[in-house]
Amino acid sequence: MFGFSLTKEQKMVKASFAEVVRDIVAPNAHDMDENREIPADYLEKAWELGACVAAVPGEFGGDGMEYSPMLNAIVLEELAAGDMAFAVAAMLPSIFINPILEMGTDSQKKKYLPASCGEKYQPSTAAVCEPRLDFDAMSLAATATKKNGSYILNGAKCFVPKAASAPNILVAAQLDGKPQLFIVKAGTPGLEVGQREKNIGLYALDTHEITLKDCQIPAEDRLGGEEGCDYARFIQKGRAAVAALAAGECRASFEQARDYAKKRVQFGEPIAYRQSVAFMIAEMAYEVDCIRLLAWKAASALEAGRDATRDAYLAKIYAGETAMKVCDYGVQVLGGHGYIRDYPQERRYRNARGVATWEGIATV
Amino acid sequence: MAFLEPPPDLIKVREGMHNVSASMLRPIARKYDEAEHAYPNELDAFRGIQVMGRAKKKKDGEKKDKPKDPGKIGQNLGTVVTVEEMCWGDCGLMLSIPNAGLGNAAIAAVATDEQLERFGKKWAAMAITEAESGSDAGSISTTADLDGDSWVLNGEKIFVTCADRCDCVVVWATVDKEAGKAGIKSFVVEKGTPGFTLDHLEHKLGIRASDTGTFVLNNCRIPKENILGSPEVKQTTEGFKGVMKTFDNTRPMVAAMAVGVARASLDLTREKLEQAGEKLDYTKSPNNCSARQKDYYMAEATLEAMRLLTWRAAWMADNSDFNNLEASMSKAKAGRGGTLITQKCAEILGPLGITTKELAEKWMRDSKILDIFEGTGQIQHLIIARNVLKLSRSQLQ
Repeated sequence: MFGFSLTKEQKMVKASFAEVVRDIVAPNAHDMDENREIPADYLEKAWELGACVAAVPGEFGGDGMEYSPMLNAIVLEELAAGDMAFAVAAMLPSIFINPILEMGTDSQKKKYLPASCGEKYQPSTAAVCEPRLDFDAMSLAATATKKNGSYILNGAKCFVPKAASAPNILVAAQLDGKPQLFIVKAGTPGLEVGQREKNIGLYALDTHEITLKDCQIPAEDRLGGEEGCDYARFIQKGRAAVAALAAGECRASFEQARDYAKKRVQFGEPIAYRQSVAFMIAEMAYEVDCIRLLAWKAASALEAGRDATRDAYLAKIYAGETAMKVCDYGVQVLGGHGYIRDYPQERRYRNARGVATWEGIATV
Repeated sequence: MAFLEPPPDLIKVREGMHNVSASMLRPIARKYDEAEHAYPNELDAFRGIQVMGRAKKKKDGEKKDKPKDPGKIGQNLGTVVTVEEMCWGDCGLMLSIPNAGLGNAAIAAVATDEQLERFGKKWAAMAITEAESGSDAGSISTTADLDGDSWVLNGEKIFVTCADRCDCVVVWATVDKEAGKAGIKSFVVEKGTPGFTLDHLEHKLGIRASDTGTFVLNNCRIPKENILGSPEVKQTTEGFKGVMKTFDNTRPMVAAMAVGVARASLDLTREKLEQAGEKLDYTKSPNNCSARQKDYYMAEATLEAMRLLTWRAAWMADNSDFNNLEASMSKAKAGRGGTLITQKCAEILGPLGITTKELAEKWMRDSKILDIFEGTGQIQHLIIARNVLKLSRSQLQ
């Protein structure tokens, strides 16, 4: 039913993640960023809330609830308001679980879901981005070729979260001119996981380049089997997710700027009393809402089972440009303090740069 | 529930209004842009349709209706969807639809049954602005003095929409200058009343189909019964705040106008791009698009954001949620966004964006007013900032 307010269930889920953010993520975000590490027990806390396995049927170890992209968008925003790197890491298993659940064959579900939906957090991942200037998620340089009942994968990928520790990587590659997804197990000959990347943002999340050199996988490990998968839908869900993450990051930047402007006194009164500052905060306020509503619109289309090509594309392009602007304002309002790493605004500014670029790092 | 797939009822309203707009407004858009101040006779087709109606008055304590059928939409949401479609056809003409003036909205909102009987079927314009009083509506200097059974009005009102075409004007005046905002009341002044003259019509940048005029009130005597609401001057500003609250409903409507005009620009631009062999398919990374395609996508995304803010504000009003902040957000974003989108489309269109053979140049002119009237973008930012920062008017001026 059309509407803008959360249901009881949506509110409950949001509140449970907000609690983890308040108690664990936000207070430790700075240390996680500086130490370039997310402690395992923090991820377990988020895992216990079950968002990644909610829609997986009971027989495969999940909760058998209705699959809801809207609910996932709400969770992603909430976590990213605490820390974006944590949000991506905590929800990473769903980038593997979710496509298998929706598009996998019965045997793929049986083979992969139970192991991914256990008591403990297990980092499965996806490899979509490629290290080239003209990277395009819908037209990949990595290739898959069918040969003697196997697929041979070749190409380079970057920004693959937790590639070094994930038992499975969902690799996007071009097959007969069309992008498809392939399940590549860790240790497969020809799969090389590179050094941990050093990026502008998401310091706490370990990401890697991977290379595939004549990497041979069994034919049954093509997602969806012989018929393949709806790759476009996979990308649409990723774009809605990135917009939802951006909404969270920007919300946090807005809230800190708002609170700071009221406390920071110069020339005898809070800087919030000046229109030049107050108007920036007003703009941040509605831009956060714009990003969220666009993410929700794409998620709603996906939830309704409708083609979300346009909605997801527009949500991501808007979020990419606007997140950069909002987080820029977030630094600016804090002045010199915005530039200092003791405050989270500089981290948000660095993280926001990825929004326009990331593909396939999260899903709704 | 948070779920933004448009319900079937909304789509039905949109399609219906789109047909009306495409067949009745768009074909005469240029004609009345050029024939500034001429009444568009074609709009007589809309006469007799009650646009500004009002729901049955509720008794105290009775809860307002919420839309119960999940497929149905509320009145405010229906209105913003309608307004967007009409303005896609032509914004100036939509503002000229008989009996749909802002004055009609004010009458529908607060008139007594007797007043509704007298003025309900008349075309009512609204006169608030004065030469020295724009956004600061509390500072108006037009006066109304009670003299026996009449009010005597004196002053000058500018920027009155539908000034020439209307039958009567809802005039804001103060009955007690000392009382400040509490002394401001509104009065229905009928055309032909001695002392009430239309001084001149303005020549404008855009929305030229809509006539905008200046009225002079010189010892203009109207019946005592023509005051809207209570004549009593209370020591609070509740009455004035009540009037300002109507902006919470009208601001999303202006935002919807901006969405409609901007969409018209985008639709034309898409058509021309496709004629030139550039298909917009939302699959290519923005990095690999041409500059104008990328600009187009960003403008389209902005349009979507403008519309969602507008729908949210209207949806909240339908659900009796206080939407002062969200109404201003929609107006702030859509007013500015519409201005920028129509400029960008005219730019993308190259020579086709300059010529009057196409409507893109006109939409760029029309759209500008939507960031000005019903509260400028700057006033909206003030309201939003005070809201989110929880600052008073004196703290954030």
